[in-house]
Amino acid sequence: MILTGNYAVSYGVKVARAEVVAAYPITPQTQIIEKLAELIAKGDLRAKYIRVESEHSAMAACIAAEACGARAFTATSSHGLAYMSELVFWAGMGRFPVTMAVVNRTLAPPWSIWNEHTDLLAQRDAGWVIMMCSSAQEAYDTAIQAFRIAEDERLLQPVMYGLDAFSLSHTAENVDLLDQSVVDGFLPKLDPAKLPVYMDPDNPITFGNLLGPDAMMEFRHLTKEAFDRAPAVIEQVAQEFSKISGRPQTGLFDDYRCSDAEVALVAIGASSGDAMDAADNLRDRGVRAGVIRLKAIRPFPGREVRERIGGVKAIAVVDRDYSYGFGGIIGGELSSCLKGGVHRYVAGLGGRDITIGDFEGMMDDALSKAERGEDAKEVWWGLKELA
Amino acid sequence: MITLKNLSAEEYMLPGNAACPGCASVASLRIALKVLGPRTIVTIPACCSSVIQGYYPKSPARVPFLNTAFAATAASASGILAALEIKGREGINVLGWAGDGGTADIGIQALSGAAERNENFIYICYDNEAYMNTGTQGSSATPRGAVTTTTVTGKKEKKKNVPEIMIAHEIPYVATACAAYPLDFAEKIRKALSMKGLKYIHLLSPCPPGWRFPAEKTVEIGKLAVSTGAWILYEWSEGKYTLTGLSKGMTKKSSRKPLKEYLTAQGRFSRLSEEETKALQEDVDTQWDRFNKKLVESGTAPTG
Repeated sequence: MILTGNYAVSYGVKVARAEVVAAYPITPQTQIIEKLAELIAKGDLRAKYIRVESEHSAMAACIAAEACGARAFTATSSHGLAYMSELVFWAGMGRFPVTMAVVNRTLAPPWSIWNEHTDLLAQRDAGWVIMMCSSAQEAYDTAIQAFRIAEDERLLQPVMYGLDAFSLSHTAENVDLLDQSVVDGFLPKLDPAKLPVYMDPDNPITFGNLLGPDAMMEFRHLTKEAFDRAPAVIEQVAQEFSKISGRPQTGLFDDYRCSDAEVALVAIGASSGDAMDAADNLRDRGVRAGVIRLKAIRPFPGREVRERIGGVKAIAVVDRDYSYGFGGIIGGELSSCLKGGVHRYVAGLGGRDITIGDFEGMMDDALSKAERGEDAKEVWWGLKELA
Repeated sequence: MITLKNLSAEEYMLPGNAACPGCASVASLRIALKVLGPRTIVTIPACCSSVIQGYYPKSPARVPFLNTAFAATAASASGILAALEIKGREGINVLGWAGDGGTADIGIQALSGAAERNENFIYICYDNEAYMNTGTQGSSATPRGAVTTTTVTGKKEKKKNVPEIMIAHEIPYVATACAAYPLDFAEKIRKALSMKGLKYIHLLSPCPPGWRFPAEKTVEIGKLAVSTGAWILYEWSEGKYTLTGLSKGMTKKSSRKPLKEYLTAQGRFSRLSEEETKALQEDVDTQWDRFNKKLVESGTAPTG
């Protein structure tokens, strides 16, 4: 079926049998929730659609629905995610296995509807599994796997996954859909008995009343331990999904031609395919280039990536995001896991294209600096004089 | 009709909680749960009632409580309802229980959204007329003249009329109540339970430390709020206003006690000058003049 990334998410959520969808529209997420509203109205998806008045309410409703045993989904983007943030933390700290698609968009001002990853990455401490999709097919596959990952007894944490605005959200590709029966076998019904929080008058509990300093650290440590188990959960879910779909799945990250690489580029999201094309071009020129495409950002697969590329001559990291006063976020996170510096490239902010030529240029730049023994520095790639 | 005889003897609020002495809100939640019964899920935002619950792992009640964020009561209740419906879990009442800050201020957006969608739950705002949980900061429900820590010379603006805002949403039922009249409050919850859609009850909840009166005078102060006409007990449904309880006899100025009796009983109004007290009395009289017109339009004005 030919689907945009957005519609691929909708069909993934449908076949995953989401039971409550609470959502508020924001460009460029709207197609996701429009399609779900339509599928629910037509009876193709047996679910309740809550037409909430804000993203803050969307997540509050999703949390409450999960607390009452229903599989809940929402989708948002940039300002909506920022507005929702209080409840994003509430879901993570409360261990409610909600799933959410985030169409990555620049935060204003000035107003911009175009692609940037800062919105998603600004939520990275909220106790959510965070993933980035790189194709419409992967958006569909991730929408389904996200529920399995979130609801896994070893984890029980919410999952959000990013789609680059327009280049993925609105770009149509051929997407292979799975039969309902196949997905039903992969994703069992949500069992309230397994939920950490379940609102049941026959077994009344209080969720979320005061907790003093004597026990809060221990509560948080439970979540930390859940995230220690998260890489294994994500890999296992990916392997099982590979079997049911016949499509090899990426769990934590893709390793593209890194085994013998002298330069490795690390990227996330939809443009990573262009980065892989750039690596091919470098190899045609005799430069052994490879790409690591991170799918998981939380848990951050730092150790696993280090095992693959820790020994290469030059590592280039591309950030379509920025933490002011610090640097590119992915570059910073990866630096903390590697000995020696990484060459950090800030590119594509506000939706500017990052071309295959740009990726080639970054890898050339990183490798030549490394060969000259220059320190790794941050470069704002393609920065122009303001008119 | 709920009377002392048929009000449930079951207790759903457990003994021992962290409320201040003389707290009207926890006493009213006790009454509310007696009417709602054991098949109830309560959702509560940040407010006095989130602290009153005490520390984990203790539970304050024999019904499930889902605490949520300050602004999120009505959205949380909507999520509960959606899940109950899709899971086929029938016969469970949903209560949103929030303070005036969580209702009139930060939570009004979510409440308005749920009201427009006419979600099938009961929302009770227990109104202690300021941010009492954080130490008496002024809210939009703080009445004119009252001193709070952020209206140090007395609030200049009038109290936001949330019941009227809810009436404008044309939901099935809107009522006011006062914690000093628990049976009137209980009866309104009973009525609300019989209707489908969003039911809103705005409960005046006198607060000893915040209003600055002795803890044993909570009921007395609540009764003065009604007998002076400062607080009107009424219900609204299908376009009609109806007075309830003591307020039925309050339509004439001569039947109302002077507002001064209510004001001088509370430290929060101690800064008021004679002139300001007079102005507040005029506010009450105007409030009643307007309300009497609504009763006439509703065809529910008391005769004689």
